[in-house]
Amino acid sequence: MRSYDKYFRENRLPHMWCPGCGNGIVMKAIVQAIEAKNLDQDKTVIVSGIGCSSRASGYMNFDTLHTAHGRAIPFATGIKLANPELNVIVITGDGDCTAIGGNHFIHGARRNVDLTVILFNNNIYGMTGGQASPLTPLGKKATTAPYGSVDRPFDPCHLAEAAGATYVARSTAYHVKHLSDMIFQGMGNKGFSFIEAITQCPIAYGRKNKLGDAPEMLKWMSETAVMKAAYDKLPEEKREGKFPIGVFYNSEFTEYTTAYQKVIDLAGGAR
Amino acid sequence: MKAEILIKQERCKGCNICVSFCPKKVLKLDTLGKVQVIDGEACIACGQCELRCPDYAIYVDKKVNA
Ligand SMILES: Cc1ncc(C[n+]2csc(CCOP(=O)(O)OP(=O)(O)O)c2C)c(N)n1
Ligand code: SF4
Ligand code: SF4
Repeated sequence: MRSYDKYFRENRLPHMWCPGCGNGIVMKAIVQAIEAKNLDQDKTVIVSGIGCSSRASGYMNFDTLHTAHGRAIPFATGIKLANPELNVIVITGDGDCTAIGGNHFIHGARRNVDLTVILFNNNIYGMTGGQASPLTPLGKKATTAPYGSVDRPFDPCHLAEAAGATYVARSTAYHVKHLSDMIFQGMGNKGFSFIEAITQCPIAYGRKNKLGDAPEMLKWMSETAVMKAAYDKLPEEKREGKFPIGVFYNSEFTEYTTAYQKVIDLAGGAR
Repeated sequence: MKAEILIKQERCKGCNICVSFCPKKVLKLDTLGKVQVIDGEACIACGQCELRCPDYAIYVDKKVNA
């Protein structure tokens, strides 16, 4: 039907995600970025952790690795170190990346390993039925926060930048084309690229917080996300309830496998 | 009809996203909760439905006149 169909394992579709789940939208944005970037299908590896979002690797027609909860970045680092020629893309959830995998996340960023990490942020642990994650906003309900969360959430983009990522961006499932472009640009950065994709979980998060159905959750994204350039010009009081999307940070620093090759050379290794 | 709409019924989960974002009220869920075309003539081929369908169940193309 479409030129990007070849990037899906079509015999595995329909996928297992709930009706209205945004994960399918984000997964399409990723393959469209891969297509635009013209990445070699045999030289591109998709690595995911555990969670609803991490199931995406099973539907994508590449060499894929569905790893342990929170450990996608370490597995991906190993792949990249063993074969720096490969394009390595990481798919992770907000729990996977910032709770159990939080340490791996900051150290992957610190090392500036050449990975493109896409965080599917649905603000909740979807797969296990709606426990609060480190990205659940204050006051929002979860099975582990029946009166609303009192735990201040991370801003994963700030976290990535502070930890050393060299490309940091955010978009949403509503802004599909923009999201795909953010991922595309991340793939062009030689180093640790982090893209936060805001996505809807109408079942484990939306329902509990009376956020309406999937279309309403998408409309919320369209109404509250503001392009960074416009957001930066907003006076403080007008930023209330809004969040910026776009490229937040882009810098250059020695990429990890390049630095490591020097160690191999110095030590007189095989390559 | 200015557009050709293809629906892969077996993929549709009836989430209503396409119905909600269609600016011309072309689509509606049927009694079994699957998407159907109710006013194909009104379709302007904007592709808003295809863009955000999480299940890759609906495709729209501009009709090319032979
Ligand atoms: C070591 C380990 N601890 C806990 C779990 C249970 N578990 C499975 S998925 C998940 C959370 C997933 O949440 P998130 O990463 O936000 O992904 P989502 O399902 O929302 O896409 C947890 C805690 C596990 N599989 N492995
Ligand atoms: S529980 Fe939430 S994140 Fe998981 S498939 Fe359903 S809607 Fe998607
Ligand atoms: S958006 Fe897709 S899955 Fe949802 S109702 Fe429309 S065709 Fe069906």
